[in-house]
Amino acid sequence: MSMEVIGVMIKRQLKRYWRSKPRLLGSFAQPLLFLFAFTFGFGPIYASAGEGNYIQFLAPGIMMMSVLFTSMFNGIEVIFDRQFGFLKETLVAPVSRTTILLGKAFGGALVGMIQGVIIFLITLLVGFRPEITQIPLAILFMALVALLFTSLGILIASRMEDMHAFPLIINFLLMPLFFLSGALFPIEGLKLVPYFNPLTYGVDGFRGALTGSFIFNPILGLGILSGCALVVIVIGAKLFATTEA
Amino acid sequence: MSFAITVENLSKSFKETKAVKNISFQVPQKKIFAFLGPNGAGKSTTIKMMTTLLAPDSGSIVLEGVDALKNKDEARQSFGIVFQDQSLDDELTTLENLEYHAALYHVPKELRAKRIKKALEIVDLWDRKDALVKTFSGGMKRRLEIGRSLIHYPKILFLDEPTTGLDPQTRNSIWSHIKQLNKEGMTIFFTTHYMPEVEEVADEVAIIDHGKIITQGSVSAIKKQTKTKSLEAAFLKLTGKHIREESASKLDGLRQRVKVMRR
Repeated sequence: MSMEVIGVMIKRQLKRYWRSKPRLLGSFAQPLLFLFAFTFGFGPIYASAGEGNYIQFLAPGIMMMSVLFTSMFNGIEVIFDRQFGFLKETLVAPVSRTTILLGKAFGGALVGMIQGVIIFLITLLVGFRPEITQIPLAILFMALVALLFTSLGILIASRMEDMHAFPLIINFLLMPLFFLSGALFPIEGLKLVPYFNPLTYGVDGFRGALTGSFIFNPILGLGILSGCALVVIVIGAKLFATTEA
Repeated sequence: MSFAITVENLSKSFKETKAVKNISFQVPQKKIFAFLGPNGAGKSTTIKMMTTLLAPDSGSIVLEGVDALKNKDEARQSFGIVFQDQSLDDELTTLENLEYHAALYHVPKELRAKRIKKALEIVDLWDRKDALVKTFSGGMKRRLEIGRSLIHYPKILFLDEPTTGLDPQTRNSIWSHIKQLNKEGMTIFFTTHYMPEVEEVADEVAIIDHGKIITQGSVSAIKKQTKTKSLEAAFLKLTGKHIREESASKLDGLRQRVKVMRR
């Protein structure tokens, strides 16, 4: 495994992200819409139910949404690379397939995290007040969520050729993951379903680190997310080893 | 004589079609070797297998003494390739594309800047080093791909239809670069549909059809064998005159559609 190769692959993804301004702007639109619509729509109900300030609850959920969506959609870069031929250049190089997968996964995860940080700054402007003492823990949760779902996106993309089908499949997966994660509303009403969703632990750990109220022990959350990420990366490496350029 | 490439009993099938049927051939070191055949004859499948992008069903491939099926990474380090269709990142600059390549091929950091400059000078693109590749013409992209394939000092250079769709000036310039590289000791393995090109540059030719090598030898030997005056005539005599339908893989079909969409 070569750290330098992983580094250069990450650099390429950051450059492409930075140079594509429409992508940069477009990716803020959906989280912002959710942030404003839900704050104004549910905020008063949430407050009158005695739960306190809704923005404190919602803001971490919206950041996770941004990280989740950006991360999963990173997989489309694999399909783009394949269609425009660049994947061949990478696959014919003397580099292990696992290194290539990790380079793509880390690069995509970093893009997802940058997106999350930008949304974080925006939520500060609309009144979110986080506890700053636990920010490193929040970043750790964010990184694991980004890595897990970027890897999942790449895993799916490594077996797909159709770039029109990819967003459909990803959306089909993303929406239930997101709505059943406690990002927008508390999970108590959803019975047991959220417990089987790894994103639930990501959202809870991230929110807990920023606001001080955890449902699950953060150690458990970190363990579940790391375990899932590891499984997805191992399967991804297997699939990537035989992917066609 | 030692060989840069040794292929033995190589076979590959896709579902029911046998694309490559038990072929064997050798390419001597420091020669220019042309691999010819009509569309769908098995050329691309063979090249994919030789360059580790596709696993054969059976057979062996040895590149510069390295078993390309067992020690893939070592074999990959020994060759450069210019693919049939584009393989550059359009959103990156010339230098960024080359730096990516240098890192992936483990070129020592202190040598990179020098080698990249040399490669760009060879293909006359040094003055465009900071331009985004998407601003390049087809010919410039081709030249950049050739330049890129030289950065890790490969011993063998694979060129899959390097001059298709280019004007005579660009074709001429590309071949003069390639001939120069060959003079400096690089083995060249290329495919093309332009027979005059082959007559001019190739030391040795192999013709593949229906997954089998039907003849191999120098251009003059093949002309003699078929009692024809040009390689084009020899090629038609050996492979027939009816037009072939290439059974494109799903991926190739998709790329065609993308090309149409981008027009």
